[in-house]
Amino acid sequence: MLKKKGSKGRQSNEINAGSMADIAFLLLIFFLVTTQIAEDKGVLTTLPPWSDDEPDITKLKERNVYSVLVNANNELLVRNEPMQARNLRKNAKEFISNPENRPDYAEKPEKAIISLKNDRGTKYETYIEVLNELKGAYNELRNEMAERTHGKPYEFLEKADQKVIRNKIPLIISEAEPTAFGEEG
Amino acid sequence: MGKFNEGKGKEMPAVSTASLPDIIFMLLFFFMVTTVLRENTLKVDVVTPKATELTKLIHKTLVNTIHVGKPKEQYQPIYGTAPMLQLGDAVKGPGDIPLFLENFKQKVPESKRGLIISSLKVDGDVTMGILQDIKTKLRQSNQLKINYSAKTKEQ
Repeated sequence: MLKKKGSKGRQSNEINAGSMADIAFLLLIFFLVTTQIAEDKGVLTTLPPWSDDEPDITKLKERNVYSVLVNANNELLVRNEPMQARNLRKNAKEFISNPENRPDYAEKPEKAIISLKNDRGTKYETYIEVLNELKGAYNELRNEMAERTHGKPYEFLEKADQKVIRNKIPLIISEAEPTAFGEEG
Repeated sequence: MGKFNEGKGKEMPAVSTASLPDIIFMLLFFFMVTTVLRENTLKVDVVTPKATELTKLIHKTLVNTIHVGKPKEQYQPIYGTAPMLQLGDAVKGPGDIPLFLENFKQKVPESKRGLIISSLKVDGDVTMGILQDIKTKLRQSNQLKINYSAKTKEQ
């Protein structure tokens, strides 16, 4: 009789921890459902500081300016020639690096300037595609240079080495005030 | 010898499940730390375009997000069908950007204010007109670091 009573007392003292896992599971599932892994990535750019007057690109030598115009029908005009967006990267690379020393291409990569102009009716999708191709051209050129000088891709270089290459092949995009021919929507 | 064997057999009871809650709690904490609760419900439709040259934004506390797109169907009677901005949880126009940026700046320590990035989540079908207005406002507010949010494009 005494022994039985003792065992009863012990039972009520201990809380069963077996359901703890279930409670934790419930919480876990709640967080799984209500949350999302926030991952934000995109094309990083820096805007020019605000000034009231437009930069004058006519002062630059024409051979150094790579002008890209996009109209309201999402068509490209690159250095006065119509072009498909998928050819832009290759063409821009040739223009910037100028391996054949053509007199109408950039003197050297430091001097190359991209002039981008679009219409207020241009689709954002096209704009990003163009910006992406231009950035891609520069990234590929920087990568090629890193491989030549250091034997490894640009992103694995030391910060200081990256800066040297970045200064040799600087990405300068000048965006002009867009035209307003197309329909906005 | 036989006794020894018997003893060994007795030492293999069921695996203790007492540590199971701890394991689950570890998982739970992992998810709690790595995820963020959905802050605002979107009132505009945004499908960002695809691109290849992407940069990840790491410091979430230094990023303010501007959504641009057409208002969702249930909000169209109020805001119309032209593309609008969503700043925080409100639908606004480009003219409200300076105040929004200033409010965000107040939350960031002074030494880090130069590192603030504006993430533009813009619908692919929006035209450049409204974006140009936004860019002008950002430049006037001296918020020059921007990120055109995009999805990864398979090559």
